[in-house]
Amino acid sequence: MGQVTYVSFDGEQTVVDVPNGDNLMQAAIDNGISGILGDCGGGCACATCHCIVDDAWAAKTGEPDEIELDMLDGVVDPKPNSRLSCQITMSDELEGLVIHLPESQF
Amino acid sequence: MSETVVIIGAGQAGCDMTAALRQQGFDGRIVMIGEEPVLPYRRPPLSKAYLSDEMTEEQLYIKPASTYEKQNVEVITGVRVERIDRAAKNVTLANGEVIDYTKLAFCTGGHARRLPLPGAEKPNVHYVRTIADIEKLKAQFLPGKRLLIIGGGYIGLEAAAVGIKKELRVTLVEAMPRLLARVTGPELSEYYYCVHSAKGVDIKLGAGVDALEGGELVERVVLADGTRLEADVIIVGIGLIPNTELAEAAALEVDNGILVDQQCRSSDPDIFAAGDCANHDHGFLLRRMRLESVPNASEGARVIAATICGKEAVHNGAPWFWSDQYDLKLQMVGINQGYEEVVIRGSMEENSFSAFYLCGGVIISADTVNRPKDFMVAKKLVAGRVKADAATLSDESVELKSLIA
Repeated sequence: MGQVTYVSFDGEQTVVDVPNGDNLMQAAIDNGISGILGDCGGGCACATCHCIVDDAWAAKTGEPDEIELDMLDGVVDPKPNSRLSCQITMSDELEGLVIHLPESQF
Repeated sequence: MSETVVIIGAGQAGCDMTAALRQQGFDGRIVMIGEEPVLPYRRPPLSKAYLSDEMTEEQLYIKPASTYEKQNVEVITGVRVERIDRAAKNVTLANGEVIDYTKLAFCTGGHARRLPLPGAEKPNVHYVRTIADIEKLKAQFLPGKRLLIIGGGYIGLEAAAVGIKKELRVTLVEAMPRLLARVTGPELSEYYYCVHSAKGVDIKLGAGVDALEGGELVERVVLADGTRLEADVIIVGIGLIPNTELAEAAALEVDNGILVDQQCRSSDPDIFAAGDCANHDHGFLLRRMRLESVPNASEGARVIAATICGKEAVHNGAPWFWSDQYDLKLQMVGINQGYEEVVIRGSMEENSFSAFYLCGGVIISADTVNRPKDFMVAKKLVAGRVKADAATLSDESVELKSLIA
């Protein structure tokens, strides 16, 4: 279990507790956070759970794999730290993680 | 009077609507009623990761009970809605409870089309729609068993892929002359035929089923040409019937789904429908369509929530779909009905290609296999009704992205 801060496009911060092993798309859905859709349920098939990892955390969340990179290529306004939140799994190392949400998922 | 939204059906659309209503600022009462005994869950993994034991029942749940509590959403499971009184604006549940509504939403989904043959009720004949279906199937889904799948659509093919993975002996029969006949072009049908055949699925096309033979269990399936196929386990995947009985009983307009407009509103302005049960006037396809997909259910749910909250929203996204079989990631966008030309980009031999369907030079649909990048661009090309010619689309030295207007 660790805390993750979701920052909406408007700057509103929501801090949620995320169990280790859960992905950050699911955690957003579980906590009713708007701005993350997750239409495909975490299958890396829809890219509607796009988030931007805070610069300070980019190294710790790891690199997207090839499929995720390809999906990210098509999201609205991709950034260097863009990730699909369904592909980030909570762990002790990510305690305190901050992620930013885009203006739109499509 | 305070507002109450009653949602009939606790699947993807119903669940997404509860969240969307709160996110849009709805502060009235929300009651969601489902007839299955469990919380709303994701159905796509039923024929994939859940059948192959790579996912638990809890992991199927879209969200835990605590989330509904936090959002002040009342979830009633394991209870059917018996009737709707549109004049009094209430619903009566099977347990006798009566709930008043100010707005009502049908998210009733559908049920698997039954095989209309004697013997189809026997315990080794299975369908793939609910957790209960899969629990019953899993007990018989064992290595070495002879699995016979009736129907070469997505459900049948995904089940075949899991059957091979779990070392069953898999035969698949399809009444049409090709696989996926209803949803894709002959090129993709042929490709998936080759893939499944190479993996060991014995596929029989143009093979209608005439009879089921056996004792306590079905032991043989008799095809129209008289061929008898021995089987231990049978899966029937021959389509979905929308659940519209309640809507019909309430005298709403129904024609292959509950008829709704671009705001997902039925012939009664206080009653909406979304997901598999709705036949909507589609804002992008510009015709009536009943779609069966999670993205369609989610979009419809969001449109209803926005409409109830007095915001402008129309159901007009380009529909998209996905299917996972073996290590193939198939992603599709648009509806290819009426296409005049198909263009292949990439290599079927290398299992990395996209098929673009053109009508009047406009890209109306695309099927991509292991090409998520193409898929993401194709969504924009289809949504933008972009024109392209075959030579450009098939030329890999031309970036697809460059076609986006």
